[in-house]
Amino acid sequence: MAQVSLRRVVKAYEGGVQAVKGIDLEIADHEFVVLVGPSGCGKSTTLRMIAGLEEITSGDIAIGGTVVNDIPPRDRDIAMVFQNYALYPHMSVFDNMAFGLTLRKFPKEEIKRRVDNAARILDITPLLDRKPKALSGGQRQRVAMGRAIVRDPKVFLFDEPLSNLDAKLRVQMRTEIKKVHQTVKTTTVYVTHDQVEAMTLADRVVVMNHGVIEQVGPPQELYHRPATRFVAGFIGSPAMNFIPARVENGSGALRLNLPNGIVLPVPEERTSRYAQAAGKEVLFGIRPEHLTEPKNLDRSNIAVFELTPEVIEPMGMETLVHLWLQGAEVCSRIDPTTPAEPGRPMPVAADLNHMHLIDPETGRVL
Amino acid sequence: MSTTTAAAAHPRGIFHKAGSLRAERRWALVTAYISLVIAAIIMLAPPVYMFLTSIKTSAEIADLSGNPWWVRDPTLENYTALIFNPMFRGFFWNSVKVTLLVVALTMAISILAAFALGRMRFWGSQWLATGVFLTYLVPDTLLFIPLYQIVGGLGLLDSTWGLVLVYPTLTVPFCTWIMIGYFASIPKELDEAALIDGANWMQMLTRIFIPVALPGIIAATIFAFTVSWAAFVYPTAFITSPAEMPMTIGVVSQLIRGDTFAWGQLMAGALLAALPPVIVYAFLMDYYIAGLTAGATKG
Amino acid sequence: MADGSTLAMPAASAPAGSLQRFARRRSTIAFLMTLPLILVIFGLVAWPAGYAMYLATLNRRMTEFIGLGNFEILLDSETFRMVIFQSVFFAVTAVILKALIGFWLAHMLHHIPTKGQRKWRGMLLVPWVIPPALSTLGWWWMYEPSYSSLNWLLAIFAVPPVPWLGEPWWARISVIIVNVWYGAPFFMIMYLAALKSVPEQLYEAAAIDGATSWQRLRYVTLPMMRNIISITVLFSLIVTFANYDIVRVLTNGGPRDLTHVFASYAFQVGILAGNIPRGAAVSLFMFPILAVIAFFVLRGINKRNREEA
Repeated sequence: MAQVSLRRVVKAYEGGVQAVKGIDLEIADHEFVVLVGPSGCGKSTTLRMIAGLEEITSGDIAIGGTVVNDIPPRDRDIAMVFQNYALYPHMSVFDNMAFGLTLRKFPKEEIKRRVDNAARILDITPLLDRKPKALSGGQRQRVAMGRAIVRDPKVFLFDEPLSNLDAKLRVQMRTEIKKVHQTVKTTTVYVTHDQVEAMTLADRVVVMNHGVIEQVGPPQELYHRPATRFVAGFIGSPAMNFIPARVENGSGALRLNLPNGIVLPVPEERTSRYAQAAGKEVLFGIRPEHLTEPKNLDRSNIAVFELTPEVIEPMGMETLVHLWLQGAEVCSRIDPTTPAEPGRPMPVAADLNHMHLIDPETGRVL
Repeated sequence: MSTTTAAAAHPRGIFHKAGSLRAERRWALVTAYISLVIAAIIMLAPPVYMFLTSIKTSAEIADLSGNPWWVRDPTLENYTALIFNPMFRGFFWNSVKVTLLVVALTMAISILAAFALGRMRFWGSQWLATGVFLTYLVPDTLLFIPLYQIVGGLGLLDSTWGLVLVYPTLTVPFCTWIMIGYFASIPKELDEAALIDGANWMQMLTRIFIPVALPGIIAATIFAFTVSWAAFVYPTAFITSPAEMPMTIGVVSQLIRGDTFAWGQLMAGALLAALPPVIVYAFLMDYYIAGLTAGATKG
Repeated sequence: MADGSTLAMPAASAPAGSLQRFARRRSTIAFLMTLPLILVIFGLVAWPAGYAMYLATLNRRMTEFIGLGNFEILLDSETFRMVIFQSVFFAVTAVILKALIGFWLAHMLHHIPTKGQRKWRGMLLVPWVIPPALSTLGWWWMYEPSYSSLNWLLAIFAVPPVPWLGEPWWARISVIIVNVWYGAPFFMIMYLAALKSVPEQLYEAAAIDGATSWQRLRYVTLPMMRNIISITVLFSLIVTFANYDIVRVLTNGGPRDLTHVFASYAFQVGILAGNIPRGAAVSLFMFPILAVIAFFVLRGINKRNREEA
C-alpha cells in the first residue's frame, strides 16, 4: 500500500512568493505519475516536498495513508534519483547502493543479496567495484536507480533524471526506466520538463504551470483533449498552432473566420459545443500533424486552403513547413515527397476533426 | 594556438611566407627559461648556502681566503653535535608536541564549524562566516601583548601549554575558511541523497563530507602544521626558559650566544628545524599549493 | 514509518509545532558544532583585541587610567615616528616588489610547457616553505659583515663590499630583500592559479581579433585576474605590515633603533622593556590601517562571489 496523496499543498518562500499554490493530487499504488511543466512551475518543489527535502507551508502530504508532513526524509521510506545522480564519489558502486541499507543496519547477506539483485535488473553487475568517476553518464544513471531499487521503498522519486544525458542515451534510459518500473512496480513520481519523456513514461501525466496543476490525465487524453491552452501548447512537438479567429453564426452552422479571409466550417457534431462562442474572438488550435498536404479528402471535415511557406525543414520521414498567416506563424507537417518551396503558395488541408477552440481570456479549451 | 600559423605554413607557391611566429615563440620560451633559471638560483641560494655552511668545520668557516660557496672539507660534526645535544632534542619534542596538539585541535574545530556554517544554516551563520574571515586578517603581532597578559593570568607563560592555547588563533580561522569553501563545492544533492538514505547530521559529516572533502582536509592540515611549526611571535613573547622552547625560537635564541657565533651549528640547527615542513611540502606539494590558493579561489 | 501509524489527516493547524521543533533542533546542533570556533574567535581574538585597547589606556604600572596618554607620548617621540615611516616604507616597497616579481614569474611559468611547470613551481616555492625565522638566519649569515658571501660574490664583479646591516638604509633594503625573497613565491603561486583559470578561448578570440601579446595581457589577463591580484596584494599588505620575524632576526631594530617596524617595536617596548600598555598602544597603531585593508579585501571577495554566482 503506497499511494501518495497531496491535499491543498502550498509552498511559500520568505517574502510570500508561492512556488506551489495549493495542489491536490492522488497517486495510486503502483502508478507511474509524471509531473511536467516549464522550469519554475513548481514541479521539482512538489517532488522535494514529497521527499521531505522542503518543508510544506500548508496542506498535507500522505504516503501510504500516513501524513508525513513532520516525518524526516529518512523515515518516509522513499528513494530518490537526482538529476546529477548524487553518487557518493568516494564509494564504490556497491557501497553507493548499499549505503542506505548499511545505515539502517541491515544484515550483510541481505545487503549483498539486494544489491546483486538490483545490479542484475540494471545490468551493472560488472561495475560493482568501480568508483563513480570511472562510469559513463548512462552507467551512473543506472547506479543511481540501483540505489533506489535496493531500498525497496514505498515510492520512487525521480528529479529530472535524464537531463544530463545526451539525446541518444536519454531515449535508451527512458525505456530502461519504464522496464524497471514494470519489473518492480513501485509507485513512482517522476519530474521532467520534457513532454516526450512525460508522454512515453507516464500512466498519468500531471501538467503544472505557475504552481498550479493545469491538467491530470493519461498521455493520450492530454494529447487529444487538452483542458487549457497551456496544456495544448505544451504537449506535442512541434507545438500546436494557435491562430486568432472569429466564430460566426451562419444559418444553423458555425463558421470560423481566419486571417487572410480563410473561412473554415465547424464540424456539425461540434456545433452545440461551440455555440456559446458564436460572435466571439477565439484561438483556433490545430496541431501540425493535422495541417498537411491535401489528403484523405474523401473524409468529412477536411478543409483545404492556400498558404505561403516561409521556411522548409526536411526531417527525413516528414517535412516541417512554416507558413505565414498574418501575424501568426503556422507549422505544418507534410509528406516529404510533397513539393514545397519558400515563397510559392501551396494548398494545405486542415483536419477539423482535431481542431480546438480556446477562449483567449480564460485560456480554457472550449 | 594555430590561428596565425595558417599563412606561414601554407605550402602552395602563390602564398608567400609571412610573419615569424615560430621565432617569436621560441624567443618567448627562451626568455621564460632564462627568467626561471635566474629566479631558481636566487630562491635556492640561501638554503643552499645554509647547507654548505652547515657541513663546514669552524676552521673552514673562519678562513676568509677561500670561496665561501664551496666546501673543501665536508663534515657532519655540526649535525651530530646538535642531535646529541639534549637541549636541542628538547626543542624538537616541544615543537612536535605543540604542533600535533594544535593540528588536531584545529582540524576538529574547523571541520565541525565549517560543516555547521556551510550546510546547516542557522541564525547568524552568515555573520559568523564573515567573522571567521576577519579573524584571519588579524595578525598575531596585534594580539601578542594582550595575549601575553591573558596567558600570564592563566599561569601559562613560559609553558608549551600556553602555546597550545594561543596557536589556534593562527590556524583555526584560515582552516575553517577553506573548509567552508571545500564543503561548499560538494553538491547539495549529495547531502539530500544521504538524508534520504537515512543519514543523520553526524553520519553525513563522517561518512560523506569528510571522505569527499579529504583533499581539502589534507590541505588544511598541512597549513595548520606549517603555521604551528613556524610560529615565531608567540613563543618569542611567551617562552623564556630553554626547556619549554619549540624549535624556531630555540634555534634563534639559544644557538646565538656571545660574539663568536657557531655559524656551522647555527645553520645546521636552522636546517634541521626547517626540515619537517620541507619534507611535508616535498611529498604533498599539490595539496600544499591547493591549500595556499584555496584562500583566494574558494569560499 | 514502519510503525504503520495510519492516522487520519489532522487539522491543518497541528503540524507546525513539530516542524519548528525540528528546525530548532538543527539550529541547536549547528550551534554546538560551531561553539569551539566561537570560543576561539571571541576568547582569543575579539576579546584580546578589545583588551589591548583597554591596556593601551593605562600607565606603565597598569594602575591608572591615562586615556590617550600612551599614544601622545608615542607620537611625540622621534623613534616612533621613524617606526611609522619605516613600517609603511617596508610594507609598501616589499609588497610592490613581491607583486611584480610574482607576476613576472607566474607569467614565465605559464609560458613553458605544462610538463615542466610542476618541477619549476616546486623549486621556486621553497622560500615560502621554510619557516621565515629560520631562513632569515641564513640571510643574516650571508649579510654578516666580515664573512659576507654576498659581498664575496659582488667582489667578483668588482663591486665594493656593502655594509648590509651596518648602515640604516642598507639595513632597510636588506630587510626588504629577505621579505621579497620569502613572499614573491606566494604571489607567483596565486597568480599562476589565476592565470590558469582564464579560459584559453578568450586568448584565442583576442588573437583572432588582432590583439598583440601585450594587448592580450592588458585587455584579457589583467581584467580577468584583477580580483585575485587585489586580494593577494591587500592580504600581503596586512601580513607584511605586521611582519616581525625578519626584522627581529636580521636587525632587531638596529642600528640605533632605526629599522624597527610596528611589531618589533611593540615587542621591544611591551615585552622586553616591560611597558605593556605602551607596547599595546604601538601595536594598536596597526589597527586602523589593517581595518581599512580588511574592508577592501572583504569587498573584493564579496564582489567576486557575486560575479561567480
